[in-house]
Parts: sequence; structure tokens; C-alpha cells
Amino acid sequence: MNELLEILSELHPDVDFEAEENLVGDKILDSLDIVSLISEIDDKFDVTIPPEEIIPENFNSAKALYALICRLDEE
Amino acid sequence: MLFNSLPFVCYLILTLVLFYVIPKKAQWPFLLVASYAFYAIADWRYLVFIATTTVSVYLVARKVEKINLEQKEYIKLHKSELTKEEKQKYKNKMKAKRWKWLLLCLFFNLGILAVTKYTNFVLHNVHNIINDAAEFKPVDMIVPLGISFYTFQSLGYIIDVYRGKQEAQKNIFKFALFVSFFPQLAQGPISRYGDLAPTLFAEHRFERKTVTSGVMRILWGYFKKVVIADRLITGVTTLIGNTDEYSGAFVFVAMLFYAFQLYCDFTGGIDITIGIAEAMGIKVAENFNLPYFSKNIKEYWNRWHITMGTWFTDYIFYPISVCGPMLKLSKWSREHLPKGIGKRVTVYLASFAVWLTTGIWHGAAWNFIVWGLMNFVVIMVSQELEPLYAKFHKKVHIKEKAFYGVFEIVRTILLMSAIRMFDCYRDVPMTFKMVGTMFTDFDFSVFTNGELLNIGLTTADYAILLIGFAVVLAVSLFKLHGVDVRERLYNKPFGCCYHIMAALQIVILVYGAYGVGYDPSQFIYTQF
Repeated sequence: MNELLEILSELHPDVDFEAEENLVGDKILDSLDIVSLISEIDDKFDVTIPPEEIIPENFNSAKALYALICRLDEE
Repeated sequence: MLFNSLPFVCYLILTLVLFYVIPKKAQWPFLLVASYAFYAIADWRYLVFIATTTVSVYLVARKVEKINLEQKEYIKLHKSELTKEEKQKYKNKMKAKRWKWLLLCLFFNLGILAVTKYTNFVLHNVHNIINDAAEFKPVDMIVPLGISFYTFQSLGYIIDVYRGKQEAQKNIFKFALFVSFFPQLAQGPISRYGDLAPTLFAEHRFERKTVTSGVMRILWGYFKKVVIADRLITGVTTLIGNTDEYSGAFVFVAMLFYAFQLYCDFTGGIDITIGIAEAMGIKVAENFNLPYFSKNIKEYWNRWHITMGTWFTDYIFYPISVCGPMLKLSKWSREHLPKGIGKRVTVYLASFAVWLTTGIWHGAAWNFIVWGLMNFVVIMVSQELEPLYAKFHKKVHIKEKAFYGVFEIVRTILLMSAIRMFDCYRDVPMTFKMVGTMFTDFDFSVFTNGELLNIGLTTADYAILLIGFAVVLAVSLFKLHGVDVRERLYNKPFGCCYHIMAALQIVILVYGAYGVGYDPSQFIYTQF
């Protein structure tokens, strides 16, 4: 989780990613951020997030995104 | 049968009345018949194209779903026997099967779109390249009404089924209605199956509020189209059509007039579409969210033609950005290129593909392709300049000031309007030349010497346009502050909303830009 928070903080240093619950809805993360994030996750976690998983629910909070990474890793 | 023609108004009234008179169970089949009739009246040959797309997408969606179910069942049955690797191998095999069917469907339907819409564009360019002395004679092609819209809507559906996000519709007639629903056939919005289907196939009781609200929106759309957009056409056509006579400040006027015309034309058309659906209790996705209040071009594209933007993001931008080769390239660029740009290389490549496609989607001409790529360049440059802006705003504290917000809005409107001039002149070198004259040959006296009264618009026209602009601005400001104007009007006592609707009808009839020999003009986006 800490590694993910680091990646997120690099994108937007001014955002408290542990507290934010509506990153996509509040337009904190846009499509360009999401793609950068997916590349970093692929690199650091060796988990590829497919296009069908790119939905707001999976990117609205660090917790949701981490859950997605764990799920895809298990699969 | 254009939305702003008398036959359509009669057809619409008849459809609305019959929709509530017939048994509720027959409502959606009736809409299917009405939609196919609407299409057949435009040109019966169009039916062959829309039916082909409907049947092909329907069959492939069922096939893809069958493979999905087969996979789920197999895994459920053999859960205990399969190792993780075996399970993954099986899943990959089934995914490849689904992928083949999806590709077949995409190629087939995009092929139809490409042949009907782009054959002449390709032939014309080949003709120019080989420098044939004979004059180019375009091939007589049928371009079905709204083909770009219904093809993209259908392909969005099949991709969602492929991704397992959407169940395939088992009833082919229901699916046919989703593809052909007449209010949105000509100019969108590009609906998602999951959003449209629940209310499209539901049974609807007549509810005064729903119908009133829908009709109010229809009238509002007609007001914007017939009173404002169609009035502005005359001025824009004159200014754009005579490039020798009208340069410099005239180009600036044409630019602003076209920005307002396109806004009223497209949002007006969508208001009519959504209003018709709403009057029948059907919910169609919103396509605009006050785009001219955007503070930058990225925000503008989140608010203008929203359904097209999200379609391109979900079905082109993301799949390209996160495919295997792009992820490899992203890793390489982050390791070998400077930190900032290294992270964004793949994002820009995918954005380039999206904007190129957006340009091509808008029309088979170089001006549309250049228009698309200009959007890409502006977005990329502003993204790269963001650290500079941040530094500037850290030193100069004007971002919180109200005037700076207005400056950002005006800047975005001017920038978007300037890029849109490619759409006006429809000739790339000419657009650059004419936009250039705004900076080299700007004569302020144009605004005072009465020459603007010689472009086909009278003083009365300008007065109507000014009032129209004020009304559109006022309604937009209400919306900006969260006020639902129609809801407010409906809740006013003494049937206030009906008086306003009657007044709006009179305004449309009296002040619509009809004139002698009136021929209802095409909605701009119907051509796309």
C-alpha cells in the first residue's frame, strides 16, 4: 500500500490520498493521470490493469486501487 | 425529414400522441416502427445499412456472451482440478476466441463506415498524388444518415459485452431499437446500452410533469436552432464565403458568430433529442455541460460533446495506452528520457491517436484532420507548460481573483473558436491565411462603419441575436448556479410554464429565421 501511495503522491503531491474517497468523481485524477498510474503499477507491482477495469469505482481511492491490484495479482 | 421541418413536427406530435394511446406493452415495438419509418422517409436504402449493423453486432454479441458463459461454467465445474496456470491458460484461450469475434465485428462495421464515408476522400487524394490532369469525379456513394453515431453506439455495446461489462440483449428487435432510436439517430448523443436500455424498454404512463418538461426542452432547442443558429448562418456564410472581401476584423466576427452558431445548433439539436425522449419518459445521456464556461481546453472537452469524448476515452484512449507494447514503451521512456516527458510519452501517443480519429470521425477532409490534431497540440503544450503556470501562480496571486476566472473562460472560448475556423473555411492553407489576417489586418472601424449590416443581417437581426444571446447566457448562468429552470417554471403558480411555452412557440414561429423561400437548414452535426 505504501508503494502505491508513493506513486500517487508523485502524481499530485498536494493531495491526501489516504483520505480521499472520490478521486475520479472530484476530478483529482484525470484520464492522463490514470494512464500514468497504470504504467507505474505495471512496473512496480508487475500487475497489468486491463481497459475493462478502468472504471471510477476502481480509481476513486487508494484503497480501492490497492484492492484491484491485489485481485488482479491473485488472478 | 429534418428536426426543424414541418413534416417532422407533425410526425413528432403524432408519435407522442400514439405512444401514450397504445397499450404500454406495445410502446417499445411502436418506437422501433416509428424509428425505422423515420429512417425510411429519409431514404429507404439507409435501412439496409442500419439493419446490417444491427444484425451483425447482435449476432456477434450473442456469440461472445456464449463464449463468456462457457468459460464461467467450465471453470466452475473444474475448479478443484485446475491449477492456477491451467486456469489462466484456459482463460487466455477463451479470450482469444472472443477477441477474434470482436475483431471481425469491428472490421466489418468500421469497413462499412469507411467505405461509405471515406471512399471519395481517399480517391481524391490518390488523384492528387498521381497528378491526374483530368478533373476528379467523386463516386456517387450513399452515406446513411447518422452512420457515425449509430456505428459507434453499436460498437461501444459489443466492446462492453466483450469486456463482460454488459449482458447481450437476447431480443433482436429491442437491440434494433437501441441502434435506431429516432431522436438520437441523426446527431447523437452516442448512448451506452446500460444507460439507455432501462427506460427505453420500460412501460411509460402519461405524466403531465414529464411530458411538460420534455416539451419545454424541445421548444428551448428549437429556439436556439431556428431563432439564433439559423439566423447566424447568413452572416457566417457571407463572411466565410468571400475571403477577398472579408479579412482581418471580419474573420474575428465570423469566428465568434460561428462559435455561437455551432453552440446553438448542436446544443439545440441535442435539447430537441433529449426533450423528445424525456417527453416519453426515456432518459438519454446529457451531451453538454456549459462548455463555454470552461477554463482550459481539457475542461472544455469534458463539457462539449461529452458522449463522444467518453466513447473515445473508453474505447480508444485506454486500450491503446495500456496495451502491452505501450506499457513496455512507457517503461523504457521513464528510464531513458527526462522525468516529466518520460512519463507522458505513451499518454501523448494515445492522445494523438484519439485526436486523429476524432478529426477523421468529424469528416472525410484534411481540414477536420488538422482540426483534430490542433486540439491535440494545444492540449499537449498546455500540459507541458503546467509547471510554468504553477510557478507563475506561486509568485503572482491572481488565480483566486474573479477577473482571472473570466480571463481563463474568454481565453478558452477564443482558442477553441480559432481552431474551429478549419471547420469554417474547410481549406487548411486558407484557414491559416485568414486567421493570420486577424493579427496583421485588424481594422476596428468595421464595428462602427456599418459594414456588418451588409453581410445579410439587418439591425433587427442583430437585436434578435443580442436578446437571444442574453437569454441563453441567463439560462446558462442559472444552470451554473444549480438552478433547474424548467423545474422552477413548472412549480410557478397559474400555469406559468404553459404561458411561457406558448410565448416561446410564438417567438419561434415569428422570429425564426425563415424568410422568403425558406429551406430548413441541416443541423451541423447531422453531417458527421
